[in-house]
Amino acid sequence: MSDATVDYRPMWRELGMDLEAHDPLLAAIPQLYADAYLNQKDRPEGMAYFDFVMSEIHGLRIKELQDHRAAGGTVIGTFCVYVPEEIIRALGGLSVGLCAGAEWAYDQVEHLLPRTTCALVKSAMGFKLGRVCPYVESADLVVGETTCDGKKKAYELFGELAPVYVMELPQMKRPQDLELWRGELDRLVAKLEEISGRTLTFEALQRATKEVNDKRRALQRLNAARAATPLPISGKDALLAVQVAFYDDVPRFTQMVNAIAAELEQRVAEGRGVAPASAPRVLVTGSPMSIPNWKVHDLVEKAGGVVVAEELCTGSRYYEKLVAEDATTVEGLLDDIAEKYLDINCACFTPNPGRIDDVLRLAEEHAADGILHYALQFCAPYQIEATSVERAAEKARLPVLRVDTDYSMEDVGQLGTRIEAFLEMLAH
Amino acid sequence: MLVLGLDIGSRTVDAVWIQDGAVADRAVLDAGYEPQAAAAQLAARNAIDRIVATGYGRHAAAERLGAAVITEIGAYAIGAASLHPEARSILDIGGQDTKVIRLGPGGRVLDFEMNDKCAAGTGRFLEVMAKALGCEIGELGTMALATPEAATVSSMCTVFAESEVVGLLHRGEPRERVARGLHEAVARRALAMLRRVRAEPPLVFAGGGALNPALVQLIADGLGGEALVAAHPQTLGALGAALHGLREEA
Repeated sequence: MSDATVDYRPMWRELGMDLEAHDPLLAAIPQLYADAYLNQKDRPEGMAYFDFVMSEIHGLRIKELQDHRAAGGTVIGTFCVYVPEEIIRALGGLSVGLCAGAEWAYDQVEHLLPRTTCALVKSAMGFKLGRVCPYVESADLVVGETTCDGKKKAYELFGELAPVYVMELPQMKRPQDLELWRGELDRLVAKLEEISGRTLTFEALQRATKEVNDKRRALQRLNAARAATPLPISGKDALLAVQVAFYDDVPRFTQMVNAIAAELEQRVAEGRGVAPASAPRVLVTGSPMSIPNWKVHDLVEKAGGVVVAEELCTGSRYYEKLVAEDATTVEGLLDDIAEKYLDINCACFTPNPGRIDDVLRLAEEHAADGILHYALQFCAPYQIEATSVERAAEKARLPVLRVDTDYSMEDVGQLGTRIEAFLEMLAH
Repeated sequence: MLVLGLDIGSRTVDAVWIQDGAVADRAVLDAGYEPQAAAAQLAARNAIDRIVATGYGRHAAAERLGAAVITEIGAYAIGAASLHPEARSILDIGGQDTKVIRLGPGGRVLDFEMNDKCAAGTGRFLEVMAKALGCEIGELGTMALATPEAATVSSMCTVFAESEVVGLLHRGEPRERVARGLHEAVARRALAMLRRVRAEPPLVFAGGGALNPALVQLIADGLGGEALVAAHPQTLGALGAALHGLREEA
């Protein structure tokens, strides 16, 4: 961390970004971040790392990506937890989550996509069309997947703007689906070998598997501390950690998150929390939340509640499951990777009882008083599956608040009132 | 001990004063363009010991007047349970909000729903339609009850429905039938919200909408039972807020 302000503009220009549009975006992020994050009381000291990461979100990390490319490596952009980072890393790639968390260039987007497309897809398209996401501009390849219809069809158009490779993710979990998915991993390996000019080796894949598992273990450890009352870390801070996990340097991130987890364990031992023990505890489940989408967490926590767990792609779906590390061949490792990833419970699967089990289990482990079901508008998989979540929660006597929203701020007044009323209900 | 409950809404600021456990006074002021000024004016009337604010402007009142806050949902539940302990659901049609609440014993909130970011089907909607029909808001319900036949109004958007009403009048629809159609549309929407939270009778009907006899009748018909119109329906939220103030004290 240096004190001197580095001028990243030549680098951004080199990447072909629209600097005039990028300046106001870059100016807005610190304000957003300060409003949501820096006013929180008694944050863990380790969160200073994330403050730094956020201050350099389009700077230092992008510089690292360029250095990595200059040294012969690749940068692979992704939008989804199903794209196996182990394989990307084993072939000398850095996996980065692409910008998709704010409204950008919707006027241009709506030439290509219907207005009634979910905010995540529109945002991703907008950041690319507006040339303001340095991650996608750094990517040698964007790996898409067939999770939902919105993304699947949007990738066809996205492919006109950036090099895109789409993996077919099956939408059931039968043996023949696993077989299809396992084949998709072989095809991804071939594609990445072609892009990188390297050959996949057992040693590299084993090392990458271990590294990515360690990252997940660190996040598991951090999140385990959120079972405690009072809560040692805000939901917002915990959410940020997972959001950053998608694009940060893996060993460094792991080390920093382990340090925070140790700090949280200390806090739990001392009974020290970021909110009173009486604060209503909320589990959030549903559509993914990309940076800087902190809308719902912010509303819950500013209204006096705490978010104790996220059953989200930017939450437990990202870190809960590990790849087995005992395989002795490349094929064996790929089998284990295929199994682990297909075991994630996204609402694009049918049927999807595993997600309901995950929600109820997390609610119990984290002593949640209620569930906030968050869906992006036009995200049909999560919006529809909300009914099953509600039914199961009712049986478990857990109140549910269903929130369908987007990245705009026009509903925060009403939404804030609904969330406050929900918290009052939980407090009784 | 004098407690003031303030419901700072989009159209009116409503107040209830409770002195030693009993309602001492109530007031309804036009929110105008300075709702917080209206609230401050009400707060300055007497030497009060405690203020609890609810409604749209509750957080601003917390800052300006040092009020404690409770959401409209919580306040209506407390207010309704105090008047009708047997109530199991609430419908409130206010200025820019419609809300429905399912209650458990003791006025506990079990579920609720509010209209989202737009004022479709709320008091404001009827206000605009009254203007289009050339009558006062207070006369609109009586006009609708003058006929059993309703003109079809398909839009719930305040802006589109206004054009639709003008179109119907141009085609020679009697305004009573148009008024009836508008009320049926608002009632349908409210009843759908009630069904979504699985509201059960007895139902307490509150907010400015409960002053409208056509809405009261249509809601009762739709429920197949009675709608208990809260006494002073516009100040039910303020009453709940004031009662909440007493609880907090204890």
